Amino acid sequence: MSKQPPSPQLFASAAAFEEEPSQAAIPAAFGRNSWKSLGWAKKNLFNTRLNTVLTLACLYFLWRTIPPMVEWALVNATWLGTPDECRAATGACWAIIVEKHRLIFFGTYPYEQQWRPFAACLLFVAMLAASGYRPFWRPWLAAAWVATLTAMGVLMWGGVFGLTLVENDKWGGLPITLMLSVFSIVLAFPLAILLALGRQSDLPAVKALCVGFIELMRGVPLVSVLFMASVMFPLFMPDGVVVDKLLRALAGLTLFTAAYLAEAVRGGLQAVPKGQYEAADALCLTYWQKMGLIILPQALRMVIPPIVNQFISCFKDTSLVTIVGLYDLLTAATVATTDPEWRPFFGEVYVFAGLLFWGFCYSMSRYSQWLEVALNRHNRR
Amino acid sequence: MHSLARTLNSARTRGYIYQALILGGVAVVGWFLVSNTLDNLERRGVATGFAFLSREASFEIGESLIPFSAADTYLRAFIVGLLNTLTVSAVGVLLASVLGLAVGIARLSSNWIVSRMAAAFVEIVRNIPLLLQLIVWYTIIGKLPGPRDALEPLPDVFLTNRGLKLPWPQEDPAHGLILAAAAVGIVGAFIVARWARRRRETTGQRFPTPYAVAGLALGLPGLAFIAAGMPLVWDVPRLQGFNFAGGVTLTPEFAALLVGLSVYTAGFIAEIVRSGILSVPHGQTEAGLALGLKPGQILRLIILPQALRVIVPPLTSQYLNLTKNSSLAVAIGYPDLVSISNTTANQTGQVIEMVSMMMAVYLVVSLAISAFMNWRNQRAALVTR
Repeated sequence: MSKQPPSPQLFASAAAFEEEPSQAAIPAAFGRNSWKSLGWAKKNLFNTRLNTVLTLACLYFLWRTIPPMVEWALVNATWLGTPDECRAATGACWAIIVEKHRLIFFGTYPYEQQWRPFAACLLFVAMLAASGYRPFWRPWLAAAWVATLTAMGVLMWGGVFGLTLVENDKWGGLPITLMLSVFSIVLAFPLAILLALGRQSDLPAVKALCVGFIELMRGVPLVSVLFMASVMFPLFMPDGVVVDKLLRALAGLTLFTAAYLAEAVRGGLQAVPKGQYEAADALCLTYWQKMGLIILPQALRMVIPPIVNQFISCFKDTSLVTIVGLYDLLTAATVATTDPEWRPFFGEVYVFAGLLFWGFCYSMSRYSQWLEVALNRHNRR
Repeated sequence: MHSLARTLNSARTRGYIYQALILGGVAVVGWFLVSNTLDNLERRGVATGFAFLSREASFEIGESLIPFSAADTYLRAFIVGLLNTLTVSAVGVLLASVLGLAVGIARLSSNWIVSRMAAAFVEIVRNIPLLLQLIVWYTIIGKLPGPRDALEPLPDVFLTNRGLKLPWPQEDPAHGLILAAAAVGIVGAFIVARWARRRRETTGQRFPTPYAVAGLALGLPGLAFIAAGMPLVWDVPRLQGFNFAGGVTLTPEFAALLVGLSVYTAGFIAEIVRSGILSVPHGQTEAGLALGLKPGQILRLIILPQALRVIVPPLTSQYLNLTKNSSLAVAIGYPDLVSISNTTANQTGQVIEMVSMMMAVYLVVSLAISAFMNWRNQRAALVTR
């Protein structure tokens, strides 16, 4: 980096893939592919002295970490069995996951009723996947979501259609994580649009209120908002009115998410060309017509990727409700590690929980990257 | 009649009416909440106000920058928490920036394996909740060997389940002098760099700024160090009985929080650095080469100023996020602002006061950081004609 001029590849590794080594004089016996990969390796791994050193150092690091990890996680692992069998083995003890998976996924939900949260989660993930498919982006999708969320509520709560009633202090695990994240973003969305419009408003009082709210929420940590929701909120209510713990946390998450979403929506509002606002004014549209028919459809289209990213961080943030004593996936995983017999194998539980979260977040972030490209395609020439 | 209709129809009047309605609505809701709260507090017999802050806290705090005992006041406990939060945030910002910069540059390396490994790091770190990462770091540190068979990755640096033990220079009266020399050197370096830039911009003459800056900032304290007779004795951690004595100790909670926050934030900073560097068109480098600039100069004078313009605003929000995320300390028992406020609120019942104090402090810190970074950013921003 210090002596040689910055080569083009230094700043654009992708460019290296486009050029292929010359294939003019390939000995037939050597095989085309191995020659090609040798050329590729020379170009991408050993092109300078520094890169050779880096490559060797990385290879050494990988050689020292990957094989032991594979051995621990796969080769020597115990997949089924008792804690004693796990102690005897040198590898990971996935048996604890097999043993405790009900607890990790569904918490303290009554055991024989756990098909209900399972069905609810399946429904949820299916809807999430369906919502990613762009041809489905029609008004009926919103209706389908309302139906899904209602169905989930019925499944979880019960009390109708012959399902036994399960109070929500018994809920736990994955359904809580999924529901809190989806409900908070869905409820935050309309609020965020209002806040973003208010922040751009000409009316000083409205603007001040919205700016104050957004900056307050973005300036404090989510933990403090959750504390407020769980400890202070009961004090705000008249005597005798008791709002459920889960709902209080949901309210806190919603307000917090709304402030961040509002900033994303504001970005979209600012990106709509000024001519659009002026054209709407020239047509004598009212404020709500202008916003609803002209500005918001364009602005919201632009901010879909940031909204997906906000959803990802909201999904990760729901793990914080464990601090105020709600039973989400992370709490359930922690509880699963407290069984004295299985105590030594808490690492496996955290790895499993981490993989679950990672799977959800990574697939959504890949989706959001793809979406960003797909939505901008019409802008490219 | 006619003029009344006109007044009612004018956008301005209607604006006033809407605002009055909204403010009225907010006031009614506010009054409802406040009166309920006052009712509830009266019923529970909690006295409002901040008088409790001067009462005795009667709880111990695991680690503190200022002396603290259970006999001190709640206010002092709050300050201890605030200092702990600021410490972990400041060190975390520093570590996260260094790590993030390194990973971001590695992500752009022409070396396939280096860039893939950096990408894997970013994707793993960013997609797992910070809270889970903190718990994992904390349990890893808890599983380290005890002091008797501590790991020694570097000479005299010990990793144990009681924390990280580091050697630390013993205090010496000459250290104040050396620090003063360092301060003078840094100020001098700033002045020289400014003068050199101004001269370059007006006359085009170059000045070996990097050498001058390094010479001033490092040379002056170095000279002072030699002049004072090299007063450096390391206080090295040594095993005594069941634990180490000497050196400084980073407690397991602090170490876990620091590592967790830095690694998590570094994943985000790496992406910011990468997009910042990619945002500078390659033509800029070629133009620099065509002007006969050296590679180091191209990086310093052409690439970095333009990349920083893209990097600074999102970097600011990452620094703010790190500061706010340090509140997750409450989950692993590091006595930060949130954790101490929580303890105080539980002991005294003064929930509203404590939560508002805590939120106010975070708000002030956030606004201060963003004000500073905005000021910094305005200087870096593109000046358009």
